[in-house]
Amino acid sequence: MVFKRYVEVGRVVLINYGPDAGKLATIIDIVDQNKCLVDGPTNLTGVTRQVIPYGRIALTDLTVKISRNSRQKTLTAAWTEADIQAKWDASSWAKKLSSKKKRAALSDFGRFKVMVARKQKSSIISKKMAEISA
Amino acid sequence: MTVAGKMRQYQVVGRKAATEDNANPEAYRMIIFAPNAVIAKSKFWYYMHQFRKMKKTTGEILDCVELVEKNSRIIKNYGIWLRYSSRSGTHNMYREYRDLTLTGAVSQLYNEMAGRHRTRPRSIQIIRTATLAASELKRPNGMQFAKRNVKFPLPHRVASAKRNVKALSDKTFTTNRPTTFLG
Repeated sequence: MVFKRYVEVGRVVLINYGPDAGKLATIIDIVDQNKCLVDGPTNLTGVTRQVIPYGRIALTDLTVKISRNSRQKTLTAAWTEADIQAKWDASSWAKKLSSKKKRAALSDFGRFKVMVARKQKSSIISKKMAEISA
Repeated sequence: MTVAGKMRQYQVVGRKAATEDNANPEAYRMIIFAPNAVIAKSKFWYYMHQFRKMKKTTGEILDCVELVEKNSRIIKNYGIWLRYSSRSGTHNMYREYRDLTLTGAVSQLYNEMAGRHRTRPRSIQIIRTATLAASELKRPNGMQFAKRNVKFPLPHRVASAKRNVKALSDKTFTTNRPTTFLG
């Protein structure tokens, strides 16, 4: 099994527990085998510079080219240069997260619309299947 | 003492009470790690009457001020020399920690000594602390993280049962075996 996602300076992570849950951050330094120093950058993602244990983060595929302990200005510049936010939003992981959020926030009318749409989709599919197999 | 939460660092200055034949006794300054100022002052007298002929009733504390970490935004390597009593004797020890603040490293120390050696905080005396450069580290654990370009995967992610997670799965029954490697 080859490892592709490493804990390293510059790795973009998704925080999945705690007050900043659901936000992106970058690893700017590693404390030890249990925790790392992470920064948003604050003006782009809302995560302030803090120590966070690995159990609270999920590593993503994205990395940023920074050196250890970079300041927020350099980090922000590197983020915008690498266009991390756009790359993240285009990933299927981010899309799944946002669709889950949308579904959880649906009203009853929204859920009704979803049901109708699914029925329409399945009727189109079954008509096509009948054409192909006939 | 109870060590609830994070330790703080205090500078406590005290001296023997002034008398007619000794109007200006020598003042002594100690750096004390304690959870609050009350315990810090108490620890000051604990140490002072071990080292000098001075105790709380015959002395006075001139100043007790909390020392705050100068730069709590960068990770530093700390070496801590301590003396602790175990069940069979008292020993000296030297431990190293990586943390943002000295007080964070001292909190780590107390927790680790409790976990590894069952020492209660009352049995630990911190002799000396120092901030170390990466080249001065002696223990292998800190040394491996103080290098540049450290990089490692997280091969075994265990979902914590403390967080209401039903050991790796949110379903009661499932058809696939759980996996601990998440990408």
